[in-house]
Amino acid sequence: MIASLVQLAYVVGTVLFVLSLAWMSDPKSARRGVTAGVAGMALAILATWIQPTVVNHLWIIVPIALGVAVGVPLSRVPITAVPQRTALSHAFGGLAAGLVGTAKYYLWVGEGPENLTKFRVGAIVLEVILGFLTFTGSLMAAGKLQGLRWIPQRPVTYPLQNATNLVLLAFAAVLGVLLVLSPTAPLAAWAFPVIIALALAFGVLLIIPIGGADMPTVISILNSYAGLSAVAMGFVLDNKLLITAGALDGSSGLILSIIMCKAMNRSFTNVLFGAFGQVQAAATTGEAKAYKEETIEGAAQAMEQASLVVIVPGYGMAVAQAQHKIRELAGELKKRGVAVKFAIHPVAGRMPGHMNVLLAEADVPYTDLVEMDDVNSDMPQCDVCLVVGANDVVNPAARHDKSTPIYGMPIIDADKAKMVFAIKRGKAPGFAGIDNELYFQDKTFMLFGDAKNVIGDLVKQFTGGGMH
Amino acid sequence: MSAMRATEGTSETEARALVPGTSARADEHGTAPLDYWSMLFVFVLATFIGLGVIRRVSRLLHTPLMSLTNAISAIAVVGAILVAGGDYPLAIRVLGAIALFASVTNIVSGFLITDRMLKMFKDPRQGAKK
Repeated sequence: MIASLVQLAYVVGTVLFVLSLAWMSDPKSARRGVTAGVAGMALAILATWIQPTVVNHLWIIVPIALGVAVGVPLSRVPITAVPQRTALSHAFGGLAAGLVGTAKYYLWVGEGPENLTKFRVGAIVLEVILGFLTFTGSLMAAGKLQGLRWIPQRPVTYPLQNATNLVLLAFAAVLGVLLVLSPTAPLAAWAFPVIIALALAFGVLLIIPIGGADMPTVISILNSYAGLSAVAMGFVLDNKLLITAGALDGSSGLILSIIMCKAMNRSFTNVLFGAFGQVQAAATTGEAKAYKEETIEGAAQAMEQASLVVIVPGYGMAVAQAQHKIRELAGELKKRGVAVKFAIHPVAGRMPGHMNVLLAEADVPYTDLVEMDDVNSDMPQCDVCLVVGANDVVNPAARHDKSTPIYGMPIIDADKAKMVFAIKRGKAPGFAGIDNELYFQDKTFMLFGDAKNVIGDLVKQFTGGGMH
Repeated sequence: MSAMRATEGTSETEARALVPGTSARADEHGTAPLDYWSMLFVFVLATFIGLGVIRRVSRLLHTPLMSLTNAISAIAVVGAILVAGGDYPLAIRVLGAIALFASVTNIVSGFLITDRMLKMFKDPRQGAKK
């Protein structure tokens, strides 16, 4: 009886999870999606909890209470910290999968070796490898995103890096196969912990050569791994709800990674195994060219006279927390009859959709946020393009310069606008270490300074009575 | 359709494997063979459903999407509850409890922050449209 109820609850849970994601197709229905997700999860938890084998209720209540105590503050982080929170939760997801896999393995070794079928052991090995590599990999990613001092920000590369990583992974795979073939053989006693250790190490090594610009892809891939480790857990526990929910997460991560890779014209393997850092040395050899600067007054005047202003935000906007000032600027321009659009490149920022969330937080209506492909056809009609802390995503070199690491990456055609203002903190090259051709065009003028201050000054031009 | 059929067809096997802490009672039932194939079916079909559904998610919402799927993939909570709450040796339960803590953290923070972000997406024409 209970067993059927449990299964029924799991089926309903699956339906709710699928609906939850389906409702994310539109901002208007998206919040309903969260409700469906919460309902599905609550149902799954209750259905599992009432099973007769669950007897130690205190052992469930205490971790849940602790999880709530940590989870609530984690959900209140500033929006700028969302990428690292996301990475951290991938880490937690991986950890949970890895630990459950480990627990099940030792439980069966101790109490029921007959349960260790080849299929199950294979699934456990997969679960543990995916889980633990996601754990350390995501922790590293979170640390990089948070800018922790003891985690190197720049890609770390060394000779034979990929070979080392592959050998480690292959070793873990070989041990895994041995375990599958003879789960209880004497070698199993040390093989299992060694697999865990290798997975933990592999996660770290996988992430250290990856730079900030590749973070959106890496976060997506880790998202996928976290989902797949839940699938593997479903295989181990013979639980189809775990399999479906994990598969939904896995496919979501997969699609996001594909979108991110396409938006950078790179392949998975290239992101994971071809660190940006290697090209850096070659790319920074260019001679220092001269920037043309523009005054705040001049820039404000040009924008006021424009009929279409396109703002291209990048990670620099997030760093400078300039999104609120940008919304004010857009508001002032709109008051004066200027059309304002925001051009969002898929990989702008440090995670998929990063810019959209920041601007939405600043009350920019989402109807003003335009995707790269849609905005590019408007760029020739754009009178003023304002680039705020974006660099590589507007670098025309991506179209023709085969020597740059960003060659072939689709870009926002800022260079086709009639006039470009670029806000830049300093005169150093951008994250990928490449000079931006856009900045040296005849029609490009630089506004040097912190993005928030520069835009604040622009806003003052409109509100402070300096102009009419 | 075929997903449903697969689920029904194996519910018995699944229930048997789920209910007991498996090992002790497996003998009473005879060792139930795991239905790998139906699990694989479910996985493949769920992946395709996932791909179809996620492809339609608005690009505006990719960040909330990721935190939502984060929360959903914390379904690992199911495994964690079974391990932490079962009548198992202490060390096993400790592993389960840590996993449970990690999953619940993800569930709580994932859903809350998704909702918080979604609240921010405003459509100025909403009133006019509906």
